[in-house]
Amino acid sequence: MWPKYWIAYKTIARKEILRFARIWIQTIIPPAVMVCLYFIIFGNLIGQKIGDMDGMAYIDFIMPGLVMMSIITNSYANVVSSFWGAKYSHYIEEMQIAPIPNIVILLGYVTGGVIRGISVGIVVTLVSLIFTDFYIYSPVVVLVVAVLTAFLFSLAGLINGIFANSFDHVTIIPTFVLTPLTYLGGIFYSITLLPVFWQRVSLGNPIVYMVNSFRYGFRGTSDIGPELAIVVILFFILVLFVACMTLLNRGTGIRP
Amino acid sequence: MYALEIKDLHKTYANGRQALKGIDLCVEQGDFFALLGPNGAGKSTCIGIISSLVNKTSGTVSVFGHSIDEELIKAKSLLGSVPQEFNFNSFEPVQEIVANQGGFYGVPAKISRERTEHYLKQLGLWTHRYEQARKLSGGMKRRLMIARALIHRPRLLILDEPTAGVDIELRRSMWQFMDEINQQGTTIILTTHYLEEAERMCRNIAIIDEGLLIKNTSMSSLLKTLNSETFILYLRDNIDIAPVLNGFSTQMLDPHTIEVDVPEKGSLNDLIQQLDTQNIVVNRMRNKVNRLEELFIKITAKPNGAQKGVVAPKDW
Repeated sequence: MWPKYWIAYKTIARKEILRFARIWIQTIIPPAVMVCLYFIIFGNLIGQKIGDMDGMAYIDFIMPGLVMMSIITNSYANVVSSFWGAKYSHYIEEMQIAPIPNIVILLGYVTGGVIRGISVGIVVTLVSLIFTDFYIYSPVVVLVVAVLTAFLFSLAGLINGIFANSFDHVTIIPTFVLTPLTYLGGIFYSITLLPVFWQRVSLGNPIVYMVNSFRYGFRGTSDIGPELAIVVILFFILVLFVACMTLLNRGTGIRP
Repeated sequence: MYALEIKDLHKTYANGRQALKGIDLCVEQGDFFALLGPNGAGKSTCIGIISSLVNKTSGTVSVFGHSIDEELIKAKSLLGSVPQEFNFNSFEPVQEIVANQGGFYGVPAKISRERTEHYLKQLGLWTHRYEQARKLSGGMKRRLMIARALIHRPRLLILDEPTAGVDIELRRSMWQFMDEINQQGTTIILTTHYLEEAERMCRNIAIIDEGLLIKNTSMSSLLKTLNSETFILYLRDNIDIAPVLNGFSTQMLDPHTIEVDVPEKGSLNDLIQQLDTQNIVVNRMRNKVNRLEELFIKITAKPNGAQKGVVAPKDW
């Protein structure tokens, strides 16, 4: 059976990748434009007034966080919109009736989310070269954190897609949960600047670990060590993976 | 071993609606089987459970001896389904929709491509292979779903109203295609509201109403139970009242047209003779409805005579 599952996995993953690649003007370009504006406004205009942060120019400080933000939002958005679209137009049934274990469906969708997250991350990194010098302290940490983060938020997007019954449900979580957590995740500031109480509160935000470990990979310095950050990301991946599998096996949102 | 075996199947939805109240059904291998019932009778729920799109409440379902509870993957691999509603990504090209379905079933890419070409050609869609599915006509979309359902060569094919909204010429070509598929050994379960289609295609029939199986027999035995047939007669001259005929009940539809019930043992010669003696000349005649339709209405009629459907307002 495994060769058949492998073919099924490749089919779902390919379908998911083609889905966002065909509409690259809507999926790849907007994050690049948005990050350009961040660099111009926060990096150049305001950043020059702020001066250094954590021993580096402000524009260099925010660069890894902006790349990470693009990875997070795009991997999440890809899976939630694709899965909800498949539910809404009923073509999720193509996979439901086929002899595919749910784990293959899950991995196929997540692969699409990871590839989009990483593709956008690469484009945004290339855009950042216009504004900052290219320097990677640890390529391995950058790659591992980027892939794990994209994996985690693809799983989160899948859960959102499973529960979503309308287009509102697709946008509520990104707007009211994901964006605030991302902005408060230390992209634009070092959490050491916060009062002790808020520093502790910030440690409850998983995005803090992702942004800081990613910054470590690029710049070699961060508020939190990469080892702890990777353990935290893996923990959340495990929790969301189990949640996704449970929901798919129950048929929540897709099988009355 | 049956192609499909259903035992004591129940389904109660979360809102408390009991869609299936204990269905028992067996479909022989190689059969062309009609599953009929009025709207909301439970047919689509039953098909949904067989194809794993709906969770059952209780009961068992086996496809070629493989239970959907214990060997779901095996059971699914033997099953193909053409649903009532269009359920493909309408922005994807036709060829991709069919080939991807092959991929979902684990059919290697090369074979999937060859079969896609084969079925799209057979169903007259090959010239549209690069078009987005949303640009196809309704009939083409139905054929696309049939091609997609066949890509993994299922042994049991469920067709849920495959010819709905399709013109008669195309419907006839689809009947021929389905018949060929059945001749090649594929068991087919057909649901349709065109009872002429079921009568023409199917050897066995089950009728579901209000979640219960109320008939399960061969088409020929069911049709034998029909004890009268209604004919519409178009007359040469106007008449004022319906003629009284011995052994036939008549009803006047308009001065040129009458409706006559011909009992099973009645003779059309006798009918024409009696009309002749009353100087009534028949120009043309036709069956009012097909035989299965007549039976279907009788079998699913509500005891108090109430009919489902649109009710005219009182002040009409």
